[in-house]
Amino acid sequence: MALEKPYLDVPGTIIFDAEQSRKGYWINQFCMSLMKAENREKFKANERVYLDSWPMTEEQKQAVLARDLNWCMRTGGNIYFLAKIGATDGKSFQQMAGSMTGMTEEEYRNMMVNGGRSIEGNRFIGEDGTAQAQHQPQGSAGKTAAQKA
Amino acid sequence: MAKITASVYTSHVPAIGAALDLGKTHEPYWQPVFEGYEFGKKWMKDNKPDVIFLVYNDHATAFSLDMIPTFAIGTAAQYQPADEGWGPRPVPVVKGHPELASHIAQSVIQQDFDLTIINKMDVDHGLTVPLSLMCGEQDPVKGAWPCPVIPFAVNVVQYPVPSGQRCFNLGQAIRKAVESYDEDLNVHIWGTGGMSHQLQGARAGLINREWDNQWLDMMINDPVACAQVPHIDYVREAGSEGIELVMWLIARGAMSDVNGGKVTGKAPKLAKRFYHVPASNTAVGHAILECQ
Repeated sequence: MALEKPYLDVPGTIIFDAEQSRKGYWINQFCMSLMKAENREKFKANERVYLDSWPMTEEQKQAVLARDLNWCMRTGGNIYFLAKIGATDGKSFQQMAGSMTGMTEEEYRNMMVNGGRSIEGNRFIGEDGTAQAQHQPQGSAGKTAAQKA
Repeated sequence: MAKITASVYTSHVPAIGAALDLGKTHEPYWQPVFEGYEFGKKWMKDNKPDVIFLVYNDHATAFSLDMIPTFAIGTAAQYQPADEGWGPRPVPVVKGHPELASHIAQSVIQQDFDLTIINKMDVDHGLTVPLSLMCGEQDPVKGAWPCPVIPFAVNVVQYPVPSGQRCFNLGQAIRKAVESYDEDLNVHIWGTGGMSHQLQGARAGLINREWDNQWLDMMINDPVACAQVPHIDYVREAGSEGIELVMWLIARGAMSDVNGGKVTGKAPKLAKRFYHVPASNTAVGHAILECQ
């Protein structure tokens, strides 16, 4: 019998459950290794070589190299682990969270200063809030990236 | 006999620690946050505990995916501030209280809560930011926290986290455990984390001021009902990381008005309540309850 997962209909959200954790074991353990200064140095010196020393999938490595945190999460990454990559890059939690929305740092910061993202329309998939699939990417950073691609 | 006399509740946003450590507390962005804790800092001096039982969550710092304990109690003599990737916070080492912690572990396990016992771990911002907020800045070498701290880590990283009800029941067991310790000790219990925030995906930056404040009302005034709020309500209404709020129910369950899962005693006194948006990605909530 399948487990009950009542959280699958929350828009723009991946819940790090047992299934995601199993998928993401090595990408998250790689992230843990960045808590040691010497490993941060090794990673920065040659990211690809350092990543190849971990039994991660090629997709997980590509997601890390691209610093695409949404992609990392789809492959089983968890934000508290992925935050170690951001820390290695000198990024704050706000910069990391903002990067997942398609907003520029300034756009995201302004949203937070103005009270944060509204819950209205963002409770269930299929509503019309800012986090819904039909409104992605949300900001000018994401739109510029989409045009380039 | 030892006694829990008060509970303290606060968010533990890492950026608050960074603002403190980098001397940004007077910047217009941060000033309202720290002003909300001025009362708490004075209150800590006027009501200095002998021990703080500090409920928090580890953010993939001491616990990787190798081991994920649902409830872990620190019984060590001391804990080093962790390097979370930015380098360790420049704050004093956290002294433990191995005797009381071991006593609580034994008593709570005998009350059917299967705790993991930790004799060696580093503590991250989840534990040190609340200490900084309530005790003020401390020199990492010459300074010291005002009293020993028993770290109590709750898994809120991998779903499912323990339910609000389980946390509320656990708080009651912790109070019984403390009250069966012979030495006269004044113990405070802290619940940390929250309030509404989401750090991931297209919904990152979610804040739900109305829900947060209703939840706070309920946590303070009707904790039995608050304990029944299901996981999915936290995730949907307060964001994927807002679920940290279940930890506040451990502290609330340890207040003296709660007995046998019901509110039977005199309600605690609300000494302070504070709410502010934003600190980085997060709504900051804070409260102090004194047992009557």
